[in-house]
Amino acid sequence: MSEIIDKNKTGGSSTSQSVSVEVPEYRKRQTFGQLLRNDLGFLPVLLTLIAIMIYFGATTGGLFFEPRNLSELLQQVATIGVDALGVTLVLLLGEIDLSAASVTTLCAVVMGILSERNGLPAWEAILLAILSGAFVGFINGIFIAVLRIPSFIVTLAASIGYAGLLLNLLNAQSTLIVHNPDITGISGSATSYLTDALGVGLPTLVLLVYIGILLYDQRGRRKAGLRTKSMPQLIGQIILMVVVVEGALALFESYHGVPNSTAILFSLILVVWLVLTKTPFGRHIYAVGGNIEAARRAGINVVFIRVAVFTLCSALAAVGGILAASHQNAVASQVSTTLLLQAIGAAVIGGVSLFGGRGSAWSIILGTLIIGSLENGLALKSQGSEVQQMVEGAVLLLAVTVDAVVRRAQSRSSSGR
Amino acid sequence: MADSTTPSVGETSMPMPGQPPQGEPLLRMRGIGKSFGAVRALSGVDLEVYAGEVVGLVGDNGAGKSTLVKTIAGVGPADEGEIFVQGQSVKITSPQVATRLGIETVYQDLALCDNLDVVGNLYLGRELRSPLGIMSENEMEKLGLDVLRSLDVKLPSIRSVVATLSGGQRQSIAVAKTILRNAKIVLLDEPTAALGVAQTRQVLNLILRLREQGIGVVVISHNLADVFEVVDRVIVLRLGKRVATFDVKNTTPEQVVGAITGAEFGAILKTNGTSEGSNNE
Repeated sequence: MSEIIDKNKTGGSSTSQSVSVEVPEYRKRQTFGQLLRNDLGFLPVLLTLIAIMIYFGATTGGLFFEPRNLSELLQQVATIGVDALGVTLVLLLGEIDLSAASVTTLCAVVMGILSERNGLPAWEAILLAILSGAFVGFINGIFIAVLRIPSFIVTLAASIGYAGLLLNLLNAQSTLIVHNPDITGISGSATSYLTDALGVGLPTLVLLVYIGILLYDQRGRRKAGLRTKSMPQLIGQIILMVVVVEGALALFESYHGVPNSTAILFSLILVVWLVLTKTPFGRHIYAVGGNIEAARRAGINVVFIRVAVFTLCSALAAVGGILAASHQNAVASQVSTTLLLQAIGAAVIGGVSLFGGRGSAWSIILGTLIIGSLENGLALKSQGSEVQQMVEGAVLLLAVTVDAVVRRAQSRSSSGR
Repeated sequence: MADSTTPSVGETSMPMPGQPPQGEPLLRMRGIGKSFGAVRALSGVDLEVYAGEVVGLVGDNGAGKSTLVKTIAGVGPADEGEIFVQGQSVKITSPQVATRLGIETVYQDLALCDNLDVVGNLYLGRELRSPLGIMSENEMEKLGLDVLRSLDVKLPSIRSVVATLSGGQRQSIAVAKTILRNAKIVLLDEPTAALGVAQTRQVLNLILRLREQGIGVVVISHNLADVFEVVDRVIVLRLGKRVATFDVKNTTPEQVVGAITGAEFGAILKTNGTSEGSNNE
């Protein structure tokens, strides 16, 4: 027995400092199917979006692709997108928030009543609406994280309760018209666009800063002796980003410019992405969603993370409600029947797993655009809402099925080793 | 320590108080007892772990191995007995206390987040951050690579998602985590269970690396072949008592099996020298 130890010791120490830890050859060659399930997971979604767009472009005689329509489409989906962003955070925990649509409408009602009936300035009404959203989410979080009630029950109860509460607040008024120009100016008037200088300048500035950080990081990694991306890969990534961002900007500028609500949506996505990927808090969200027991043993305050995420989700839903109220110049007493599933659908179609721990803030863009294109395109073809609902239901079911099948395939391939 | 190749059957070497391998043990437990209701899970167990030593803790199912490890890890504190860490009397009442004392446990389930990459798992819960609260990814990656290198671990990439790694690699990451927490004593619960041949070799190599770094290692295992490859001393528990201690150099697996099952092989068994006297049947 002792010879074996000897052999191990000498064999080991002679190679200890010279050999690197990372052995790229260990990486198995991935088949195309595996790549589609991992790094290229967005590709089928992108192709689906393109197919949908081409279909509607062809069948509406090009009407769909007119800048005016695309600009309108993006304003229509702003609420879905912001709600989906909040839902994404909750899905990352492996939980669900069924109250998002109710909270969206409730907070719009709170803002409407404060500004129209109580005459509060727009910004105070908006701030209070977001705070009430956060408070509502905090209560959800307390029930779910502290009292350990399953999230779908808590948020379902909340959803029904808040739908009643907002009727109560409205005093049987079926529609509250919003007159405040500061509120309608956000996304519901002819001037709800960023000025050309701001609309082009701001995204370009953000892009330049990001490219700068990428290059700086590349240099830092090379200095530290860490593995770096190959130069062509880096340059390719930068070119792709520039083309996508500036292309989208050119499209907007060919109509009225970047809509305010789109700018708000993308700013929020950017902030949430930064929090999720660059801060310990974001990493802990992924950890809790991936393996809650491991997170707890690592000393992460799991209760805090869960309460915080439900609070953030409902606060984002409040922002979505404000955008919706502004876009429609009114607050409806009826909670949208499709908004909740559209928000969850946008997140899941974009690649956020219903089972927790997997997904990115950016992924909701593709999902939101698919949902929005379906709705917009079917409306252009004068299809009634009954067709829209059937198509959206089918698309959502398909997305969830793909998510579940991929997850099963992944657990099969990893347990095989 | 591995120079002697003459197996002298019948000798049981055991560090007596006052003549340990290297001075004061890192961890010394005396007279540990624990009951679950009427069941006496541990009684009067002594344990000592020295720096740079690998101790094998073996015994049949229900012998009290896991219970003993839990008393050290702070998950299930002992009812009676004393614990000394580096000569200081301590009370290990919770896992946090154990961590503060430099005692880390790697359980069988490893407690890794499959959806995070290697760096994310290594620093989970204690991420390095810049003054702005942003994670210092490059610094974590560099320090993580250093630790993995010192353990002679091989990975496709330190940015690989843990779900894509093999069982041995995952075990290595769980162990590397303990080193990043400045562990002085590492407890490994069945580290080679459910691993293939090559991966088992990898993990055994890992244990030797820990020893080289002067860490006291306690390995719980059912696999005597593995135990004999890396362990310096074998401590045998039976029915909640420490019944034998073997110096692995002078012992055959058969003797250990005999101690585990209670079937005596000649005069090889000795008690562990507790003050209560012989607990040996």
